[in-house]
Amino acid sequence: MLSEHAEEILEALWIQIEEQGKKPMDVGAFRDDPAIEELIKLGFIRRDDAHIHLLEAGRLHALACVRRHRLAERLLTDLLDIRENVMDTVSCKFEHLLHEGLEDKVCIILGHPKTCPHGKKIPPGKCCLEKRDKKLLKIISSLTDLETKEKGQIAYLETKNASQMQKLISIGAIPGVPIVLVQKFPSYVFKIGHSQFAIDKELASSIYVRLTK
Amino acid sequence: MLKDSAKHFCRSISYDDPLEVCISKIQGLLLSDYRMSKRALALLLLQEDKEIVDTVRDKEGERFDKIMGIVQETKTHYLRPLTYIISLRRQKEASRIAKLTVGFPGQQKLSIKEKLSKILMDPIIGGPILLAILYYGLYKFVGNFGAGVLVDFLEDKVFIARLNPLVTSLINKAIPYKLLQDLLVGEYGIITLGVRYAFAIILPIVTTFFFAFAIVEDTGYLPRLAMLVDQLFKKIGLSGRAVIPLVLGFGCDTMATMVTRTLPTKRERIIATLLLALAIPCSAQMGVILGLLSDNGIGLGVWLGVIIAVFILVGLLASKIMPGELPSFYMEIPPLRIPQVSNVVRKTASRLSWYFKEVFPLFIFASVIIWIGQITGVFSLVVKILQYPIRWIGLPDKAAVAFLFGFFRRDYGAAGLYDLKKAGLLSGNQLVVACITLTLFLPCIAQLLMNIKERGLRLGIAMSLFILFFSFTVGYSVNLVLTLFNIRL
Repeated sequence: MLSEHAEEILEALWIQIEEQGKKPMDVGAFRDDPAIEELIKLGFIRRDDAHIHLLEAGRLHALACVRRHRLAERLLTDLLDIRENVMDTVSCKFEHLLHEGLEDKVCIILGHPKTCPHGKKIPPGKCCLEKRDKKLLKIISSLTDLETKEKGQIAYLETKNASQMQKLISIGAIPGVPIVLVQKFPSYVFKIGHSQFAIDKELASSIYVRLTK
Repeated sequence: MLKDSAKHFCRSISYDDPLEVCISKIQGLLLSDYRMSKRALALLLLQEDKEIVDTVRDKEGERFDKIMGIVQETKTHYLRPLTYIISLRRQKEASRIAKLTVGFPGQQKLSIKEKLSKILMDPIIGGPILLAILYYGLYKFVGNFGAGVLVDFLEDKVFIARLNPLVTSLINKAIPYKLLQDLLVGEYGIITLGVRYAFAIILPIVTTFFFAFAIVEDTGYLPRLAMLVDQLFKKIGLSGRAVIPLVLGFGCDTMATMVTRTLPTKRERIIATLLLALAIPCSAQMGVILGLLSDNGIGLGVWLGVIIAVFILVGLLASKIMPGELPSFYMEIPPLRIPQVSNVVRKTASRLSWYFKEVFPLFIFASVIIWIGQITGVFSLVVKILQYPIRWIGLPDKAAVAFLFGFFRRDYGAAGLYDLKKAGLLSGNQLVVACITLTLFLPCIAQLLMNIKERGLRLGIAMSLFILFFSFTVGYSVNLVLTLFNIRL
C-alpha cells in the first residue's frame, strides 16, 4: 500500500506532465523525501540529476489517484454539501479512503461525472465505460441517463463548455431547480417549473440531476 | 394566482462579498455616460458580455485595461465561471420572490391538451401529422386556393382585363417617349410587370401562406416539429430550429432567407440560405411544376426524388465542409393553444407589411433590370449563351428564354416551359429534366438580392455561381442516366 504522501506526489506529477503538458518535475524540494525512494522502488517513477519522470506503471496508478481525488470532491460537494473553501482539506483526506471497487460505486451513485467541481476532467473508470448500473442505487445522474418521468433537482451543470452552459442558464436550467424528464427521443424534453423545453443530447448530457422519488 | 404579499420587491440583488467589492471597484472606473445603471454594466462586464466589453473599450480608454484586470482578478475568487455564479444568485432571489408571492392551485389530471402535445411529439405519429398539415395547409389552402383561385382572379380579371389597359393608355397619353413607356407599362414594365407581379401573384400567395403559417405557429406546433426533426437536421449541419425558415421557404424563399436571421450561428444561416436557394421551391414555382407534371406521375416522382436527394446531399456536404461551431438545439415547448382569430389576422397583416417593405422594391428593381437588359441587347446575348448549357442537358434552344425569365420570376420560367409543353416541343424526359434544373437553378432575382443583402456580396455571388453550375450538372446527369438506361418518362 502506497503512503498518502507518495500518492499525492504521483498525482502532482501526473497533473503537471500529463494534464498540463509541462516538463517533468524538478527534483528540488523532494531531494531527501523518503516517498520518492518508495516510488522509485515500485517502478512508478525515475529520477535523473535534475528531474523526476513518470513511468508507465506510475502513470496508471496516478490516473487512479486523480480519479479518486476528483470523485471525492464531487461526492463532498454534490451529496454532502461541503462548502467549497473547506473542501480541499477534507477531500485530500477522503480520497485515500476510496479504494478500488469503492470508487466505482461512488462514481455510479454520482452518475459518472465527467469533471470535478473545479471543472477539471475526471479520468473515466471501468464503470463509466460499461454503464451496467441500471439496477444500482443512483443518486445523481446526467439527464441523458434518466428514464422518462424520473424527477429530481438539477445538481450542477457541466461547466466545461461555456457557450453550452450559457444556453442552459438562459432557459433557466440552473442548480436547485426541480426538473422532470418528459421524453427522451428524438430529443430530450424536460419540464422545469411550468415550462417545457426541448434540448439535444449534447446539452442534456451536461445537466446533472439529483434524483428524488 | 398572485398572493397579497407581492408588494415591494423592487430592489437590487446583493451578491457575496468578493463580487460586491469588485462591482463597486468597476463602478468607480466607469466614468463615461452609458444611459444605463453602472451596476448593471459592471455585472455585464464581469460576465464578459462581448458587446458591453467592446463599448467600454471604446469609451473608457486607458481605464479599460484596469477594469478588465479587476474582472480577471474576480474570476480567481471563484471556481466556476462568473456567469454561473451570478445566474445562480439571481435564480435564488427569483425563487424566493416567487415563493412569497405566487401560489399554484392543486395538480390537475393530464389534460386533453397535454395528451395532444404528447401525440404531436411522438416520433412515429408525428410524421403523418406533418404530412397532413403540409397537404391541407400548404397544398390545398396556399397552392389551390391562394395560388390558384385568388391569383387567377386578381391577375386575369383585375390586372390584365382592367387595370393594365387603363394604366397603359393613361401613361401612353401622358408620356410621349417610347423608351419611358416601355419602362413603365411595356411588356416587362414597372407597373405592368413589377406591380402586377407583386399584387396579383405574390400578394394572394403570400397572404394565404402567412395566414396558414400564423395559425400553425399560434398552436405551438412548430417547436414540437423542431424537436422531432432536430437529430435529422443535425446531419445536414442545422438544428431543429431551422425547420421554421425552411418551411417558410415553401411559401416564399425570399422571405425565408430573411428569416434565417433567427438562426443562432453564422454557419447555420449560410447552410440554410444555400438550401433555400437550391432545393426548396417556393409556392409560386411549386404550383406551376405540379401543373406541368400532374399528368405524369412517375415524372413527378423522379422530380421529387432528385430534389430531396439534392437537399440531403448538399446539406451533408455543407455540414462537412463548413467550418464553425456545431449547432446546438434548445427551444421552449409552449403549451398548445387554440389560435385566436384576431392574433392570426394581426400577425398576417404585420408580416405582409414588413414583407412588402423589404421585397416590393426588389420587384421594381427587377423590372428596371429587364428594361435595361432589353434596350441594351444584353438579354438576347444572355439567351444565346444560355443555349449552350440548355443543349447539354438535352433541351431545345427555346427553353433558354424560360430559364432566363425563371431568374426574374421563378414561376415565370416554369410557365415558359408550360408553353413549350403545349406546343409539343418537350418529351416526358425533357420535361422532367427541365423541371429539376429549373427548381435548382438560380433563385429569382428578389432572392438573389436578398442573399446578397443577408450574406454579403462575396458569399451571395459565390453561392449563386455554385447553384448555376450545380443545377446544370444535376440536369445533365439526370438526362444522361435516363438516356443510358433508355428510360422514357
